[in-house]
Formats: sequence, C-alpha cells, structure tokens
Amino acid sequence: MSETNYLDGNAAAGSLSELFAVDLTAAIAQCNGCGHTAVFAEAHVFVDAPGMVARCPGCDSVLLRIVTTPNDTYLDLRGLTYLRVPNS
Amino acid sequence: MGIVSPGFTGRRRSGTELPPGQYLTREFPVLSAGPTPHVLPEHWEFTVTSETGEKYKWDWAALMALPAEEITKDIHCVTRWSKLETTWKGVSLDTLLADVETGADYAMAHSYGGYTTNVPMDDLLDGQSWIAYEYDGEPLDPEHGGPARLLVPHLYFWKSAKWVRGLVLSDTEDLGFWETAGYHEYGDPWKEQRYAGD
Repeated sequence: MSETNYLDGNAAAGSLSELFAVDLTAAIAQCNGCGHTAVFAEAHVFVDAPGMVARCPGCDSVLLRIVTTPNDTYLDLRGLTYLRVPNS
Repeated sequence: MGIVSPGFTGRRRSGTELPPGQYLTREFPVLSAGPTPHVLPEHWEFTVTSETGEKYKWDWAALMALPAEEITKDIHCVTRWSKLETTWKGVSLDTLLADVETGADYAMAHSYGGYTTNVPMDDLLDGQSWIAYEYDGEPLDPEHGGPARLLVPHLYFWKSAKWVRGLVLSDTEDLGFWETAGYHEYGDPWKEQRYAGD
C-alpha cells in the first residue's frame, strides 16, 4: 500500500533544465535496480524533502537526486543505467 | 493555505531562541524522499549490528517490554521549520545499546524503504536519542515514521530516521542518504550545519 505523495517526472524539469541543455524528461531512462525502461517523465518525483528524489515507477529505487545548496547543485545519477536522448 | 505564512502562526516561548535561520511552525510537516512504508508492529524488527558483525535483535514485543520514557523536545528541520515542545514516548538508545559490545565511534541508521543516515555514537548515548513509537500520546503515524523512528532531536531532523529498522556500528564514518548528496555530515542546527562544509 502506498499513497501518492509524489509527482511525475515533469516535476524535475525545472531543476534538470538548469543542468542540461536537452529536455531530459523526454529521455528514455533505465533503472539500475530493476531494468525498468521508460520515459523519465514517468518517474515518481518526491519534492517534499530536503532535495528532489526521482524513483523508478517499477521498483521504487532511487533514479536521480538533486540537492541545491547556496553554492552548488549536487546531482546523483547512480540509480540510472542510462538516459537515452535522441540526436537532434 | 491561509494568507498568513506558517512562520507567523506560532508564538515563541518567552526566553526561547530558535536556531539560526529557522522559523516556528505549529504544524507537523511531512517530508519524505520516497513512498511511505507500512510496517505492521508484528512484522517490525530492530537490529543492531556491531563492528564485529554481531547482531542484536528486538521485535515489537521486546521493544514494548523495555522501560519507556516520555520525551519533550524541540525539533528542527533543515528545510527551516522548527517545532517546539514535541512530545514522544520511546526507548532510550542507552537502554537498547546497554548490552551491545562495541567500541564503535559511528552508527548508520537504516530504515524500511532504504533510507540511511549517519550519527556518531556519542550522539546516540547519554540520554540524547530514542526509538520513539508514540507522538503526542498516540501511536506514531506511518507518515511520521511509525511504527517506530529514531529520535535525535539535538540534530537536524533528517537524522531522526523514520521507519527505523536498525543501526550498523562502525569504526569509520560513512555517509547516509542526504549526507552523500550535499548535506552536512553532522547537522547541528545551532551551528547551522545544513550543507557539507558549513
């Protein structure tokens, strides 16, 4: 049982656009935990937290974390096997 | 949401100062980095693993059989809210760790759901930390960490791991979930140790 205390992957669009030139919410993401492969916009994003946490919609593993401090932004991508972005 | 910001809904106790950069709230905001685990007490287990690998386990009945304390403490979240005189019931870590053979300096708290946070042993002992299972006279809600959470109120509240299921003791300091992503390894609110390097 779990209630929906998360948003979809589009909630990460603003933070990701500060770091990347392409729209990563449209990228295909593979979870390093279970192999679930889907467009990043389908990720579950938790924002009521000290940082932003995106989790796999398949297994709830952490895909990505973003923490913004006064001086730096920390980006943790360990939970992703890859992000597949179409060549423009 | 009212027109008055949460920072002005409370009144400071006379003579009480908040840590720097904090505002007072009467609410109890729910912060969570993942889905809320729903662990039934009959399935709950708490394991302390010493630095030699020895394991000490308590189930819910064993926890309930230990002497409990009523705790009234101010709590301070790194997202800048503070809540005064929160009341809890729980078992002191002094009690739980009394028979654990260890000389470890550090502990990593592990939670159901995968959350971790690191706390020095010195901050878990001497009446500073508890495994809390009641809040405000009621069983602890899952959204606030029930059936039981770590309570380390003198540090920022991310150290008070919700849904706690164990401590792993170590001679070396490893970093937990938020501490590996830019938050301070210790987190003293009175020194405003929010981020790494503060």
